[in-house]
Order: sequence, then C-alpha cells, then structure tokens
Amino acid sequence: MTTAEINKPNGPVAAALLAGGIGSAVLGLLTFGAEASEGIKTLMNWYNPVGPLMGKSSLGIIAFFLSWVILNSLWKGKETNFGRIAIIAMVLVAVGLIFTFPPVWSMLLGGE
Amino acid sequence: MSINELWTTAHGMVFGFIFLLGFAGALYGVYMMKPEWLTAEGASTNVNRLRIFLWVLAIAVWLAVFSGTYIAYPLYRATPPEGALDLTNFPRYLLLANESTAFWHKFGMEWKEHVAFISPLAATVVAFVVQYYGASLARKPEIRRWVMIFFAVAFFAASIAGMFGAFITKAAPIR
Repeated sequence: MTTAEINKPNGPVAAALLAGGIGSAVLGLLTFGAEASEGIKTLMNWYNPVGPLMGKSSLGIIAFFLSWVILNSLWKGKETNFGRIAIIAMVLVAVGLIFTFPPVWSMLLGGE
Repeated sequence: MSINELWTTAHGMVFGFIFLLGFAGALYGVYMMKPEWLTAEGASTNVNRLRIFLWVLAIAVWLAVFSGTYIAYPLYRATPPEGALDLTNFPRYLLLANESTAFWHKFGMEWKEHVAFISPLAATVVAFVVQYYGASLARKPEIRRWVMIFFAVAFFAASIAGMFGAFITKAAPIR
C-alpha cells in the first residue's frame, strides 16, 4: 500500500456511487411512469418481444453510465463531501426500490 | 432439456446463482479489510483476489439480467394464438388465466423484472470502488461501510429476482 494509494481522492468513488443512485432512480421512475401512463408505456416499448421493459431498463442503464462519466469528469482528482453524496445516492436507490415495487403502483394509482 | 429451458437455467441457476452464492464471501472480504486485522502483505493479497472476485460477480449479475430480459422474458410473455386452450407454452398467460396463480405474474414477475436491474448497477459500483482503492480501502472505514451497504442492496435486488424466478418457474415453466 503506497502513500499515493492511501491519498487517492474520493471524487471518482463518489461519482460511481451517485451514478448508481441515479440509474436506480431513473429505472424506478420510468417503471412507475409506464404504469401511470399508457403513453409512457408505449414509448418504452422499443422491441415487442421484450415490451416496455426494454426502454425502462435501457434508459436506467444509460442514465447510470452517462451520469458516471459526467460526474467522474467533474470530480476526478478532487475530494468531495463523500458522506453527503453517499446519502443522496442511497436515497435515489431507495426511490428505485420503492417505485419498482408493484403495491406502490396500486397505492398511488388506485386499482389492484 | 430444450434450448429454452437451457437458457432459463443459465439465467437463474448459473449467472444468478454465481452472484447470490458469491455475495457472502465477497462481503466478508470487504468487511475483513481492517488495518488492525491484516498485515500489509495480507491486505495486498486479499484485495487482489477480491478485485477479481467482485468483477466476476458484477459480470455474472449483468449476464443474469440480460439473459433474463432478452432470452427468457420474451419466451415468458409470448402471446398465444387466438382461441388457444392449452397455455402451457405461454407462461404469462397461463398464470393470468387462473385467479389462484395470477399473483405470480402481477406481483412476482412485475417486481422481479424491474428490481433485478438495480443489482448490476450496485454490483458494478462496488467492484469499481474496490478496484480504485485497492488495499488502501482498509484505511477508509466510511467508504468501506457504504460499499457494503451498496453490496447488500445488490444482493437484496438479486435475491428478490431469484426467489420469484424460482416460484414462477415452478408454477409456469418456460418449455
């Protein structure tokens, strides 16, 4: 373990964590959006055999990698407020977990 | 086994299984990275193996979601011909045709197919963090804690997907 390794700035790590949260939240919100709106559901149907799942999942993955690239370019070589960023990332992951849970759709949209 | 059954098996019992089974060991490897518990040589050896292990697990769970979404799922949701009475080869419709099994699709598959995608995102983040810091992660307890939390999220998402995948396959297998 070298001094350089110990002193590595946390920017890239914060970027990865936050990107994970962003990807999860995008997935969750698009999933809920497709349940709430037939228009969104149709927009997400990129390939019939897979249905709207393809659009929802693909946009979630794109959001993950794209935000990672952007955040990494902003925070590379820098020290960030890691604790605060990690909490924001976890809140976003929670958004993803909540809005991919079917009973939440029923609760917010009514019906079964 | 048919080719469809082979792919379904690969999705759940190979790719998914590798991740679910490997999770505990990898989590323990991250947890063990405490400077008071490891010599410098031990930390270095441990982290090099852990790096490989975590990337293998991340790749496995990506393969699980992609094989599930683009191979197994189209087979699951295939539409039967008009007036078909035998829905054996149309699992989604078979489950929905009966009130006692509709739950497996409306709740089980609907939850599983979406939440599963959070797992590879979180697993990739974990693999990257350990790759980036290497043995020096032992001296960063806060980051190590968040890594373990993210890894637990990945495991939770994958285990929901795996559990409902097993139940749905039991109720309406892809043939």
